[in-house]
Amino acid sequence: MNVPDDLFYTESHEWVRQEGENARVGITDHAQAELTDVVYVELPKIGAQTEARGQIAVVESVKAASDIYAPVKGTVVEVNKALEGNPALINTDPFGEGWIFVLKMDSTDDVKRLKDAAAYRKAIA
Amino acid sequence: MTPVSDAAQKKTPLYEEHVRLGAKMIPFGDWIMPVQYSGIMDEHQAVRKNVGVFDISHMGQLVATGPTAGVWLNEMLTNNTQKLEVGTGQYTFLLNESGGIIDDLIVYRTAPEEFLLVVNASRTDEDFAWLERHRANDLALSNRSADYGGLAIQGPRVVDLFQSILGDDVDLPPRNAIVDLAAKGKELLIARTGYTGEDGVEVFFPTKDAAMVWNEVLDKGKALGIRPCGLGARDTLRLEMCYPLNGSDLSPEHNPIEAGLGFFVDLKKPKFIGREELVKAKETGTANRLVPFRMKSKGPPPRPHYSVWRDGEQIGEATSGTLSPSLNQGIGMAYVAAPHARAGTEIEIEIRGQKFPGTIEKKPLYKKS
Repeated sequence: MNVPDDLFYTESHEWVRQEGENARVGITDHAQAELTDVVYVELPKIGAQTEARGQIAVVESVKAASDIYAPVKGTVVEVNKALEGNPALINTDPFGEGWIFVLKMDSTDDVKRLKDAAAYRKAIA
Repeated sequence: MTPVSDAAQKKTPLYEEHVRLGAKMIPFGDWIMPVQYSGIMDEHQAVRKNVGVFDISHMGQLVATGPTAGVWLNEMLTNNTQKLEVGTGQYTFLLNESGGIIDDLIVYRTAPEEFLLVVNASRTDEDFAWLERHRANDLALSNRSADYGGLAIQGPRVVDLFQSILGDDVDLPPRNAIVDLAAKGKELLIARTGYTGEDGVEVFFPTKDAAMVWNEVLDKGKALGIRPCGLGARDTLRLEMCYPLNGSDLSPEHNPIEAGLGFFVDLKKPKFIGREELVKAKETGTANRLVPFRMKSKGPPPRPHYSVWRDGEQIGEATSGTLSPSLNQGIGMAYVAAPHARAGTEIEIEIRGQKFPGTIEKKPLYKKS
């Protein structure tokens, strides 16, 4: 299972790529493999504010709907519109084209509270 | 993502095979079953285009034997067992006194005085207890579920597959019929039926043979594009055909008339459990009807328990829902108030507080082109 070293992770299987004061968020390779066949993504609204661990998006497979949580506190500044036409990008490229949204973090220190790659690998082992 | 607890979970004789193939296993009633192997979409398409194999060993087999077995079953079940020749079967319901559905099942006449009931896994013990309680003294009833393993082999290439397994000397039985290969020295029952809308069979064999039969089917099916298929594809395939799922679309709170399945109820029979209520339902109509529906836009797929609306008024609730892999659109079934239960009616499905447009459709939702 692919777990890139340069990302941060949550227990609920989101990943975070820190880009300055922004955090790009998606779901992990492990999560997409468990969900399989993503058929619909409900994106957050630009400007929406969220607490850490706030429910912010929904990813639906054929079988079920799964909530996606904000890894850190912040404001949504960008969403991946490509997922509206092609939700399967989450399956084919979870850490790249399959990103879901970008948060402007209230505090960049917050990412330090997330898991690093080694800790996440242990969590899904 | 949640580890499956092994407490009180029954495994079919194919459990090890599923794990070896990398299936994702989930609890299903008392059972632990494969939900998917290669993926629901891929498995679904394999059944629509080629052939797929499902483990149905969890399903129950009840056998009623005796000179009066047919007459007795006619008072227990809604369809007419007197119409069954030896070697044929019919879809039917087991009802409670108020006409509510205990189970939907297929009953086969396997000998002049012997009937095989293939019932839902989650209802096997309940069905058996109910039938045993109502059993006439001069017939025997046995629960043979633990003795049999079973596979559903479904898809347009099923005949080719059987030819390569059994050779030319075994013909598949016609639709709804069953053959026992005991006469040919094989412990195998083959029934031409299924839950997918494709040509197919359900086969039953002694539990000890399960892995052998499964692997033979997968091996011979390789050249035909076979896929092992899980409960996920089983659900999308049956829902495209509007075949009901007991526990979701059917329950003791609903009767077969409400569910639009009156075709499998013979009200001309003078007596069967639940008859009075069904006669009433037929005469006065039911408050609600089970209808298929299809979403109009590329919104989120519908799911069970989502509410159904029309002109700002809630008219019902979905009992099944998914994204149809064949139609690439949300589909489902819902009980709606009878005045709205007409094909073509525009409805809305409420999903996470937002309403999405859909249409009530005719059965089936998917037709082979």
